[in-house]
Amino acid sequence: MGNEAKLVDIDEKNLRFRVAREAFVSGNVLASEYEQIFNKCWLYVGHASEFKKPGDFVTRTIARRNILVTMGTDKKINAFFNTCPHRGATVCRDRSGNSKNFQCFYHGWVFGCDGNLKSQPGKESYGEGFAASGAGNLVPVPKFDSYAGFCFISFNPEVEPLPDYLAGAKEYLDLVSNYSESGMGISSGSQEYAIRANWKLLVENSVDGYHAVSTHASYLDYLKNTNGSLSSTKLEGKSRDLGNGHAVLEYTAPWGRPIASWIPLWGEKGKKEIEQIHARLVERFGEEMADRMAHKNRNLLIFPNLVINDIMAITVRTFYPQSPDYMLVNGWSLAPNEESEWARKFRLSNFLEFLGPGGFATPDDVEALESCQNGFNNYQSVPWSDISKGMGKESPSYDDELQMRAFWSRWNQFISGTPSPQANQRRLTSVA
Amino acid sequence: MNAVAIEKTISRIPQATDFAEFVTRSEVEDLLYHEAELLDTWQLNEWLTLFTEDGCYYVPSTDLPRDASSDNSLFYIADDPVRLHERVVRLMKKTAHSEYPRSHTRHLVSNVRVLDANADEVKVAAAFVTYRIKFGSTDVYVGSTHYRLRRLHGQLRIVEKRCFLDLESLRPHGRVSILL
Ligand code: FES
Ligand SMILES: [Fe+2]
Repeated sequence: MGNEAKLVDIDEKNLRFRVAREAFVSGNVLASEYEQIFNKCWLYVGHASEFKKPGDFVTRTIARRNILVTMGTDKKINAFFNTCPHRGATVCRDRSGNSKNFQCFYHGWVFGCDGNLKSQPGKESYGEGFAASGAGNLVPVPKFDSYAGFCFISFNPEVEPLPDYLAGAKEYLDLVSNYSESGMGISSGSQEYAIRANWKLLVENSVDGYHAVSTHASYLDYLKNTNGSLSSTKLEGKSRDLGNGHAVLEYTAPWGRPIASWIPLWGEKGKKEIEQIHARLVERFGEEMADRMAHKNRNLLIFPNLVINDIMAITVRTFYPQSPDYMLVNGWSLAPNEESEWARKFRLSNFLEFLGPGGFATPDDVEALESCQNGFNNYQSVPWSDISKGMGKESPSYDDELQMRAFWSRWNQFISGTPSPQANQRRLTSVA
Repeated sequence: MNAVAIEKTISRIPQATDFAEFVTRSEVEDLLYHEAELLDTWQLNEWLTLFTEDGCYYVPSTDLPRDASSDNSLFYIADDPVRLHERVVRLMKKTAHSEYPRSHTRHLVSNVRVLDANADEVKVAAAFVTYRIKFGSTDVYVGSTHYRLRRLHGQLRIVEKRCFLDLESLRPHGRVSILL
């Protein structure tokens, strides 16, 4: 890509930050995103709560690869390429479940949940020591690690350690996992959908505080209409560059939060429960942190494609491009394991109200993204998008575009060459 | 009773006359075909009047078992009467961007079966194929709807509508912004 026209244009003097629309439509750009970004970074593969006992497994498509994640008999989580070392068949063809063995149906090789070959029909026809050599084992993904319950893999054996990679995002992953004393868990039911748009449009949208008032006008109307679901809290807050392309918006908002912002809709019983949750947070983390956890919303982006939005519910979302104008999206709900039935019900209800393909907001985001993608057909005549809102501000607001600039700057480092460690750590603005 | 019926053993072939005392299949079909017409012509407020005051509407996520509850599992849609009403209010607005300009839809209803009936309620299952057509894409939703119906002033009305998608995921659509 190095010799081509630049795709990100930063003009610090005139406070302009522009992104070439070509980056949303070009097959070459997509190819180099797979090569330079998805093949090199840490990628979210699942949550530790999905693996409770030995043999628990899920299969996922991560950056076009079939991945099998299992919990071994040693309770260690392993990630394998879900392809038979014999001649290629998909070894595990279920979405999730529990199994101590995985049998490839093609010729019948059997693997343990640690990936080791356990048996082969006609074993005697193979050279001695075939199994012992490891040649018949499932191939593990080069790197697996987890942080605060969030599990990541990398196809890059040389990738920097996960904690270094996560940089300033660690604080926010800790914060989310600290909601629970018994652990956070993914609820059953996943939202799997697609958007006919470039994946980076969803990156931008997931941390876009600017669009709520116009794109989600009908959702905000709904909150006003429904008796008691709206508090008087204003939408306001800050955005932060967390280093390495990660960013967060942290802001107050008028909706209720099951941890722990009460709204009148939840009644007196709900108020008591929310107060108890808040009181416990104060005991554990002190007043200031408890208030921040309870009353602030956080839209967190972990480069390149993990979004954890801790808003009226907590959603974990990843997405991958299939082509420049089509992405596959997976979304889950994350919640404290000890949450009461009452709170869980409100949390999921809150989630569906706003989030996901049947919510009162997400379909309009999908529409906006597809509409941008459609607009990019004009990229040769209208070549640039602008994300300079709030540039040059000492402390950008939640509805500025700093977080997108953080993403794009990092993206540009990967696409235009090897990012230097110094550049990794450089943040777009000094942070408090 | 719950709208979800999981039929395991079918000992005999059901007959049209099984629940004749309470309801006939053609009466149910009339209701469902009328419902489809209201949806396809965007008469959503009229559609809402087909529901009882406690009427609910559900679309579970595609990876959930049929008996999953929206109280503890993530659905696509789980509307109580208030939210169902608000869904219609929102969809009729120009600011419901995903459905303005409005998409064309075609709701096909088939395989209508009365599963159970008594003096209070009727349980019905039907297969559906719903098309959403907009901006050059035609998206298909396929599945079965389980209804609980109740007779109010002589008319059958919907107490619960639960749409089980046969799709493996909501792809390539990206949304259930229309009513199924
Ligand atoms: S391909 Fe799996 S056993 Fe042959
Ligand atoms: Fe949005």
